[in-house]
Amino acid sequence: MSVDRRQFLADATKFLLLTGAAGQAWAFVAEGRPQDAPDYDIARHWWAMFIDIEKCIGCGRCVEACKIENDVPDEPFYFRTWVERYYIPARDVTSPRAEDHPKVDSPDGGRHGFPDIYPKEDGSKSFFVPKLCNHCAHSPCVQVCPVGATFESPDGVVLVDKDYCIGCRYCVQACPYGCRFIDPRTNTVDKCSLCYHRITKGLTTACCEVCPTGARQLGDLRNPADPIHELLRTHKVQVLKPNMATGSKVYYNGLDASVR
Amino acid sequence: MHNLLPGVEGFMYPNEMELQWSVLIVLYPFITGLVAGAFILASLERVFNLEAIRPTYRLALLTALAFLIVAPLPLQLHLGHPERSIEMFLTPHKTSAMAMFGFVYLWYLLAVLVIEIWLEYRPYIVARAQSAAGWSRWFYRAATLGSYNLSPRALRIDDRIGRLITVVGIPSAFLLHGYVGFIFGSIKANPWWSTPLMPIVFLFSAIVSGIAAVLLIYFVYCLARGIPLDMPCLDAMGKFLFYAFLVDFGLEMLDLVHRNYEADESLKTLSFMVETRLFGSQIVLQIIVGTLAPLLLLGLTQLLSLTEAARKGLYATAGALTLIGIFAMRWNVVIGGQLFSKSFLGYTTYKMEFATREGLLPALVLIVLPFLILWALVRIFPPMLEYDPGRKPEANPALPAEPEA
Amino acid sequence: MRAGFRDSEHLVRLALLFGVGVLLFLGARAVLVPADFGELGHFRTGALDDNRRRPVVHAGRAACAECHDTAAALAGGAHAKVGCEACHGALAAHAADPDAAAPPELEAKGLCVRCHGFNPARPASHPQVDPEAHAEGASCTDCHEAHSPAA
Repeated sequence: MSVDRRQFLADATKFLLLTGAAGQAWAFVAEGRPQDAPDYDIARHWWAMFIDIEKCIGCGRCVEACKIENDVPDEPFYFRTWVERYYIPARDVTSPRAEDHPKVDSPDGGRHGFPDIYPKEDGSKSFFVPKLCNHCAHSPCVQVCPVGATFESPDGVVLVDKDYCIGCRYCVQACPYGCRFIDPRTNTVDKCSLCYHRITKGLTTACCEVCPTGARQLGDLRNPADPIHELLRTHKVQVLKPNMATGSKVYYNGLDASVR
Repeated sequence: MHNLLPGVEGFMYPNEMELQWSVLIVLYPFITGLVAGAFILASLERVFNLEAIRPTYRLALLTALAFLIVAPLPLQLHLGHPERSIEMFLTPHKTSAMAMFGFVYLWYLLAVLVIEIWLEYRPYIVARAQSAAGWSRWFYRAATLGSYNLSPRALRIDDRIGRLITVVGIPSAFLLHGYVGFIFGSIKANPWWSTPLMPIVFLFSAIVSGIAAVLLIYFVYCLARGIPLDMPCLDAMGKFLFYAFLVDFGLEMLDLVHRNYEADESLKTLSFMVETRLFGSQIVLQIIVGTLAPLLLLGLTQLLSLTEAARKGLYATAGALTLIGIFAMRWNVVIGGQLFSKSFLGYTTYKMEFATREGLLPALVLIVLPFLILWALVRIFPPMLEYDPGRKPEANPALPAEPEA
Repeated sequence: MRAGFRDSEHLVRLALLFGVGVLLFLGARAVLVPADFGELGHFRTGALDDNRRRPVVHAGRAACAECHDTAAALAGGAHAKVGCEACHGALAAHAADPDAAAPPELEAKGLCVRCHGFNPARPASHPQVDPEAHAEGASCTDCHEAHSPAA
């Protein structure tokens, strides 16, 4: 890095410290010590996500970005976020309840997009559903962890303590949404951290950052100025498996009844 | 993705492809079930004064101990970080059904089983501490805790405390295994597991498997030692096994009927699984071979007046089939609960490995290990001492009647 | 009373043994439980920092705007709200040191088709084409301005 560049960054840092939180955080990222990013008041945030199924184009950028950002193992089994494609065949006299028989696929988690394998205009219905940890307020996974290695942080994120996890896998069994897996490199559980290393420094999650259509939006339910309040007010939203009463904080607009 | 993976059918959430709980976790409820069952059998004799099964009392206690020692091993082998398992004792999470296992286990091992065995064998321990030679003398001397008092009054106190511990022990045994059932039954995300009947079904199947195991071990022990089998004892155990099994079977059928009648969103997925992937282990092994067949055989012994030889044959066969059936039941619960997707749209397959940490080989070792421990325990604490016929401490010669091996 | 003690002495010894065991356990527990455990809930408070400490890999559009005039490039077009790294890839390393890590060259067609190739599962309002029929072999950028395509 040239001296000019360094000087520029230092100046930019001073300038940015006076502006947005993202800029603030970036200064520390640029200096190679992101952990020291500015004061983050854990009591003043409660994170959630808004997902608009009507905007999702199934490009898989979020899946790719998540794998890179969070160093998720490359093997096809492991995903902190993934995208499913639902295909509900045409409703006719032989299947008046077609939604009972959706075809679902998620090739490599949707990471490389979805090959167009279904017929075009045949009376069917098809759409994409991005999935990630629901950061439940009453997490079944946290409830069953025997040692306190996974927990709901005060700012509403379900996190894993990799240095404390004993690898019993009870939480994997308890998650109704299939969001957890065992990282084969550490033999501990892994899951979406809602990019905790980003959102606590004023950045958005990697998946939201790269989503080209704004289908995923991070929101802070304790920040009255956050646009998520308006989104939740103006849309008819639903959560996944509401019968599980998990207190999911990932809200879906346009969620179909067939989605599990 | 389902096109790429053999054994996967329909849609699974991507992270679901791998089964999390292996054959080792099948062993865990099977082994703890044997512990609880054997102990409850022993307690019947102690608390309800069922003279008939007295010959198996000590054998049942030692069987329970041998299996209890092995019970945590499959869990340890299965953990991603066994060295961190101490955290369960350091920071047990009180909302976790699993967190209490360590405490329930230790309570049961140390506060119930070991003390009861110690009190039961104290006269023998004291006698051996005075008569044995070599290392075993030191062992028995340590086991006396430095007290050689076998006065009638001391033995009366022991008997009273022993009875008290048995009374505490029965709910403890219920707790130990009902609790293992709760670990599965409380997972609302998994409809195959989630039922309030699970702890009760686990408990009764535990009693059934414990009686069957002690019955078989009693058979083998007597044959190996050339001791004649005590027919009233066998008849009593056969009767208990039959009735406990009837209750167990009734509960499982209740679960089945209830699931089918309620027909929630998981029913189609689960019944398809039972008809296909679990057909062999559930319908054939668990229900036909492992439940209906032994019930029929035991029913014969209850209804007909058969010769001793015929009854012995039927009891032994029924006992062996019962153990197969209960093992299949554990398998179907643990493995079956992971074969379907929580999206209810697909199925996967369990491929058992062999010589890996969670493979078939360690599982076989863990099945054999309790018998080796029992073999050693029987040498240290011979179960057939002909003393104390009527549990009157005054009449206790406190000496081994059997030749030491 | 003395006789009573003598006849239950072995039980007292057993109870003492248990007491020692419990004390040892409590002692070990006091030493081994992490100091910051249980401050904010049933977890190590330090685990929050552990989760924060992970390096940032996607710089975020604000960082790009530090050096590049992204606002002007995207102005008025349909891609105005698309994050830079959606197409250009994760570039925190580049943002930290532009000389050390250059952004990868982009291959327009695959990139465009990823979002704009026809797929019945996509919302009908999203612009989609059949790439073969639409472009007839031409590159997307021959006709479209990648940063600010007309809607």
